[in-house]
Amino acid sequence: MDFLSIILDILLSAAFWTAVLRIATPYVLGTLGELVCERAGVLNLGIEGIMTLGAMAGWMAVYQGADLWTGVLAAAACGALLGLLHAALTVPLGLSQHVTGIGVTLLGTSLSYFVYRLVLPQASTPPTIEPFQPLALPGALAQTPLTYLAFLLVAVVAYVLYRTPVGLAVRMVGENPAAAEAQGLNVTAIRIGAVMAGSALMALAGAFLTLSAFNAFFFNMVNGRGWICIALVVFASWRPGKALLGALLFAVFDALQLRLQQASGGILPYQLFLMMPYLLSILALVLVARRASYPRALMIPYRKGER
Amino acid sequence: MRLEPRTDTPLALRLLAPVGAVVAALALCALLVAWTGAPVLRAYGLLFEGAVGSRFALTETLTRATPLILTGLAAAVAFRAKLWNIGAEGQLYMGALAAVVVGGGMLDLPAWALIPLVMIAGTAAGGVTLLGPAVLKVRFGVDEVVTTLLLNFVVLLLVSLLLEGALKDPMGMGWPQSAPVVEAAELPKLVARTRLHAGLAIALGLSVLLWLVDTRTIWGYENRAVGANPRAAAFAGMPVTRVMLRTALLSGGLAGLAGAAEVCGLKGYLTLDLSPGFGYSGIVVAMLAQLHPIGVVGAALFIAGIFVGADAMSRAMPVPNYIADVLVATSLLCMLVAGLLARYRLRRG
Repeated sequence: MDFLSIILDILLSAAFWTAVLRIATPYVLGTLGELVCERAGVLNLGIEGIMTLGAMAGWMAVYQGADLWTGVLAAAACGALLGLLHAALTVPLGLSQHVTGIGVTLLGTSLSYFVYRLVLPQASTPPTIEPFQPLALPGALAQTPLTYLAFLLVAVVAYVLYRTPVGLAVRMVGENPAAAEAQGLNVTAIRIGAVMAGSALMALAGAFLTLSAFNAFFFNMVNGRGWICIALVVFASWRPGKALLGALLFAVFDALQLRLQQASGGILPYQLFLMMPYLLSILALVLVARRASYPRALMIPYRKGER
Repeated sequence: MRLEPRTDTPLALRLLAPVGAVVAALALCALLVAWTGAPVLRAYGLLFEGAVGSRFALTETLTRATPLILTGLAAAVAFRAKLWNIGAEGQLYMGALAAVVVGGGMLDLPAWALIPLVMIAGTAAGGVTLLGPAVLKVRFGVDEVVTTLLLNFVVLLLVSLLLEGALKDPMGMGWPQSAPVVEAAELPKLVARTRLHAGLAIALGLSVLLWLVDTRTIWGYENRAVGANPRAAAFAGMPVTRVMLRTALLSGGLAGLAGAAEVCGLKGYLTLDLSPGFGYSGIVVAMLAQLHPIGVVGAALFIAGIFVGADAMSRAMPVPNYIADVLVATSLLCMLVAGLLARYRLRRG
């Protein structure tokens, strides 16, 4: 069989598209979360750590006996808390968003590992929980509820950003905080709120991994997904609809590399296939960098009366 | 309440800031230790003892500090020029890769020639790895934070590929590890019967050298000017692009050297767990040092002590050794606030 017919076979199978939607889910949620933060003018490099904490907290809540949706809420709450930390340091104090974000990632990751090890000191094989089950729908529609929630949230975020006063305020503090202030808006409060909401979404992305995609928590399980989300936000030029498209496109490539990896039968080293998502993200950044229209006030701290 | 910039920060405050940050971080993490049910003071006592309490502990801490000084310097020089290199982890592995290739027996040279060659190869490999993102930044305006972060994963996969393929040790019992470097490529030990190796001397020498370059040469002046305000530097006729690329080579090179020194000084061969996040910890080292090359040494010793001490402590009581990573992350965040308090004063109204 030649290469093209292999690809065609893959693209025509329902199982492939089921996988695409599943793979896309954490990217959709993470990208959406980062987008909300950046639209308010705050780069959130804490995403990788927030996703890890979301994955751990959601799983741990369920492992301790809570039901799955409580686990989801626990993850979101933990995410919002780390978001509050990031916002407190970068918004009123105006500290470097780069370095603070890395600090939040280090903290979120290490705290997750610390708590996990504390509760389960000698777990050689990770204990499991009963995860979300796919809905009984035909074909690629057989997804877990969190995937449907993710797609629904794209519409919600798009509606809030473009059709409500809250969304206008968020976009305004990200573009021109001085003008927002002159309109009587509280720039600090809006930015903090946006970062908390965005971080809660990132934590949901993490919780999807432990409560839907898998049924256990592993170290390094987020594995750079957060950083890819940051690239996807740029690729999507800060628009929720395009973010969804970007995440789906990315998932198509990722699912394709997984299947080509199996189809290649070990002729090529599997690491080459695993590199593809990261290289693809870098390529996407290069392609859009020139015409990227950043939120004007992204990464610029705002202090009242200071220019 | 508002923040008002100080016109100049007294030296005492600059020195006090990291001390205050570390004390605050220890106090915050004490809550976490208390939560585990372990006695806090005894835990910290064991941590301290495990880090510096014996000849063995002390040399272990110094051994652990060696790569941290180099990755700390890598972050410090890059951040000074506002080049956000978060990819020191990947650059470190590229340096280690170059070390096992060049030092793996393909060159039959005496130690005095081979060691410098291997170190240079490691440095070059690390430098070139960061040059890519730096070129993308100055040519296409691609944010280097994301590209350097993503490259960390690509490099680790490349290392994994080579360790299972071309570089795999035929005597390695099937483990993904490289063949050991030849004896002539091994860095000499500084203290007999310990793991402490000459990499520490290299790292210390480089921090002094970088401090001299920074304060006494036009190079250093240009670097600082570009970091402070690239547009003003360009107006003053400084080659901003060249300074950026130069900084990238230097920063990536330092991280690459860290990898080469770990291979030739400590491990002898390359595995996928050569670095427990030295590249990321280097960022914390640089920030605690307020990007000062000499300060990096002190900060690296502190971070190394935390890691070595926490390992010893977690063997004696049920506190997971991840407490070290939490302490390091908390120190970074506390340091950011402390640095702010040193640069600004609080005013009422």
